[in-house]
Amino acid sequence: MSDHHTSRLSESDRPWLMRTYAGHSDAQRSNELYRLNLEKGQTGLSVAFDLPTQTGYDPDHILAKGEVGKVGVSIAHEGDMRTLMNGIPLDQMNTSMTINATAAWLLALYIVAAEEQGVAEHQLQGTTQNDILKEYLSRGTYAFPPAPSMRLIADTIAYTVEHVPKWNPINICSYHLQEAGATPVQEIAYAMSNAIAVLDAVRARVGGRAEVLMASVFGRISFFVNAGVRFIEEHAKLRAMSQLWDELGRDRYGVDDDKLRRFRYGVQVNSLGLTAAQPENNVYRIALEALAVTLGRDVRARALQLPAWNEALGLPRPWDQQWSLRLQQVLAYETDLLEYPDIFEGSHVMEGLVSELVDGARAEMAHVAELGGAVEAVDYMKSALVDSHRERWRRIESGELTVVGMNRFTSTETSPLTKDADGIMTVDPEVEAEQQAALVRWRSERDDAAVKQALKNLAEVAADDAQNIMPATIAAARAGATTGEWSQTLRDVFGEYRGPTGVGEAAAVSREDLEELRDEVERVSEALGRRLKFLVGKPGLDGHSNGAEQIAVRARDAGMDVVYEGIRLTPAQIASSAAQEGVHVIGLSILSGSHAELIPLVLQALADAGVPDVPVIVGGIIPEADAATLREAGVAAVYTPKDWDLNRMISDIVAIVSERHGLESVAGA
Amino acid sequence: MTGHELGGRLRARDLSAAPEVLNLVESRTETNRAQTAELLAAVAPAALGGEAPAQIVGVTGPPGVGKSSLLSQLVSVWRARDRSVAVLAVDPSSRRSGGSLLGDRARIERDPADVSVFIRSTAAGDRLGGLAPATRAAAAALACAFDVVVIETVGVGQSETEVADVADAVAVVVQPGSGDVLQFLKSGIMEIPDVLVVTKSDLGQVATRALSDLRSALGALGATQTPVLAVSSVAPPSGIEELVGALDAHQSRLDVAQRRTRSRRAHALADFAAEHGDRGMRALGGRREADRWLRSLATDRPADVAALIEALERRAGVSP
Repeated sequence: MSDHHTSRLSESDRPWLMRTYAGHSDAQRSNELYRLNLEKGQTGLSVAFDLPTQTGYDPDHILAKGEVGKVGVSIAHEGDMRTLMNGIPLDQMNTSMTINATAAWLLALYIVAAEEQGVAEHQLQGTTQNDILKEYLSRGTYAFPPAPSMRLIADTIAYTVEHVPKWNPINICSYHLQEAGATPVQEIAYAMSNAIAVLDAVRARVGGRAEVLMASVFGRISFFVNAGVRFIEEHAKLRAMSQLWDELGRDRYGVDDDKLRRFRYGVQVNSLGLTAAQPENNVYRIALEALAVTLGRDVRARALQLPAWNEALGLPRPWDQQWSLRLQQVLAYETDLLEYPDIFEGSHVMEGLVSELVDGARAEMAHVAELGGAVEAVDYMKSALVDSHRERWRRIESGELTVVGMNRFTSTETSPLTKDADGIMTVDPEVEAEQQAALVRWRSERDDAAVKQALKNLAEVAADDAQNIMPATIAAARAGATTGEWSQTLRDVFGEYRGPTGVGEAAAVSREDLEELRDEVERVSEALGRRLKFLVGKPGLDGHSNGAEQIAVRARDAGMDVVYEGIRLTPAQIASSAAQEGVHVIGLSILSGSHAELIPLVLQALADAGVPDVPVIVGGIIPEADAATLREAGVAAVYTPKDWDLNRMISDIVAIVSERHGLESVAGA
Repeated sequence: MTGHELGGRLRARDLSAAPEVLNLVESRTETNRAQTAELLAAVAPAALGGEAPAQIVGVTGPPGVGKSSLLSQLVSVWRARDRSVAVLAVDPSSRRSGGSLLGDRARIERDPADVSVFIRSTAAGDRLGGLAPATRAAAAALACAFDVVVIETVGVGQSETEVADVADAVAVVVQPGSGDVLQFLKSGIMEIPDVLVVTKSDLGQVATRALSDLRSALGALGATQTPVLAVSSVAPPSGIEELVGALDAHQSRLDVAQRRTRSRRAHALADFAAEHGDRGMRALGGRREADRWLRSLATDRPADVAALIEALERRAGVSP
């Protein structure tokens, strides 16, 4: 801090950690990418894992089909982690891992890989995301039921506080809540409620040592937040969170040390608001969102990662990611941002905004507490998010909310940036087979008896609630167990789980703009003899269900009977449901980019199940070339983020069913 | 495929006929209604030479008590005993749009390759919380092909009465701390079920308390024979085998022919009411009178639903 002139710092602040959420294919290719990124001036790593790794399946599991190496790197065992971190000194690197259900396992792999580099666990710095509640609410990569999941989280926290003291064992994520439609008040309230659930779980687990440990536990909890384009309010949101966190530490957990009560967070700015239409405009959105989390010194982000401008179109290329990193560098090194104390100090407007958000969040937190806390309130929070998301979408559709280039100012010149078909990255389809072969090699070269013994111990520890899962997990990593084996061992003890879909409880609103659609659904239903029945399915491991949920709710509001079973279904499950339910049309949603592999498998499964001639429509982040292939394979229609008008989509679906059954269209009649 | 042919497939215990049977009985077109009548005749006791062999179980309770998770466990126990299961899940419809969100099947874990488990979700239609019109027909038809037919409905107070008209046994599912069920039971808003199930027994003390509250309420009503069971669907599940045992015990004590005869009368009356409304019912002298009259039609062998409806229509002087 400056001595006299409070308008300037005597010395500029150090910039935040600059990261790029990256990883694809296998450990070798991702390692090359990381080294390249570090050369470009990136100061930390942010590891993106593929969905099988995140949900605890080996690359040869049926559910891994089409997903291996797709949205991130495939890490099936300790050898993969060793390769991933090859040549990167782990005593100096700060590594953030977006890993949740299997966080304990990936942390164990990281500890063992470091060990092999000669780096002791107490030297390690980084973060495991390790936040399960938002997986139930939004992101969908959960593996176990809530109670044992909370135990795994508490165990990793209890372990790292003592053995890996510089590690952030959990990132409480409000990020994904905003992606699921949360208002700022909901984002704050649910994140804080989630943190309370975690802290209470840890306090219960450390038992008699709570007195000694809770302050350091509190100090190790960090957050992962989102920042939308309404960047003033978003900044206020961070100040509100900071204030609530400070109070929580002092009042609920008795943390006296100010430093340990500091609100620490990393950011990935908003992806939800990025548009497929005129995608170049996303660069401005990202820049403004970055300001929200860097402008005020008191609540500045510790680490920042920015999405790429073309995320709504497909997987970004290294060049796209570089463009985002350069934005961070311009902000940190060219502008004067880091030269001042907090520029909002004393602003009445900011203070007013903050107290408005704090009050709203307090009321919502009280409601969650009444329901028995965040774990018990998952169903409530999920349906509240589905409702908020629907409201946001309604405002976009009605034009109340302007999205430049999408629902307003839509005329455009041809963009030189998107005219190439290869404007996105594609993952080599060979990766899946390669990873499977590598896994077979790994299994054949390890000491099977040692693995068996390690997994047996793990199962025993898992079944005994009094023990911490980490030592047995690290031992299994060292013995050479695989990601799938570790997870299956725990699934056998803990059971499987399906999260709430939130759609069943979504309010059925009266909407005038739906009247015409309802008439059409009614007319077609009468002609069919029974109500038009629509199956909405999410094949594969992709857990991003917001789109599917909104379609399901809107179709219900338009008068259809909608069968929605939630995420993570195999093609055979979808086909069996379609057959048993006697649906008239099937909608499939995939956002992980694995549509090219998965959709043909679903079509095949439908044929095998003898589902006669039911039209299939597909939605997802699907490049036009892929869309054409899918249509050739028999898909009736393909929708991408460009098709944001849900009513038009529902109307299309009714028309497709009507046509398939040879019914006359009412249009023009 | 005609109703007659579908009936033949069901009689031959061809489980793969189930989806088509449901598509037919749910359809309201004239042709399909005639085919449904044909199907029901083909699976009536007269055609079967007795009552359909399945155990028809109603599972009902307020939303959120864990019915579907319980069903998931029940299905796996039944399958382990090599019994085929059809689940008819009835979800409420939106009054505003007429549409519905059917999500219950998601919570029932099943192997998609296992043809011996059939799950169908149906919207309750205009009858909020009640039984979908097609569900009675579906239950009657599937009962001659499957070993167990489950009808799952949401609600408390009315829904179990309707399910009782169709099922051989009604299991009312409640969770610890649901005082309204206790009150409904005491005040007679809710009829005494065949089995009472308290979920979430893993909650410990509150669950034990709920069990004893329900037992003493039943005792006060003189229903000391009604089993009250505690179950938990979270791993490791508990109480499920006991529930299957209690349902089997009920079934073996039951005069199935008598109960099914009653349910066919209720089915005929419901269909008649749906078709001819209050006016038709008045012509019969009201529901109770109509039921009394149907009972007086005792024949040497049980009549099928279509014949009963026809009789009612003749008596009321309305055309079908």
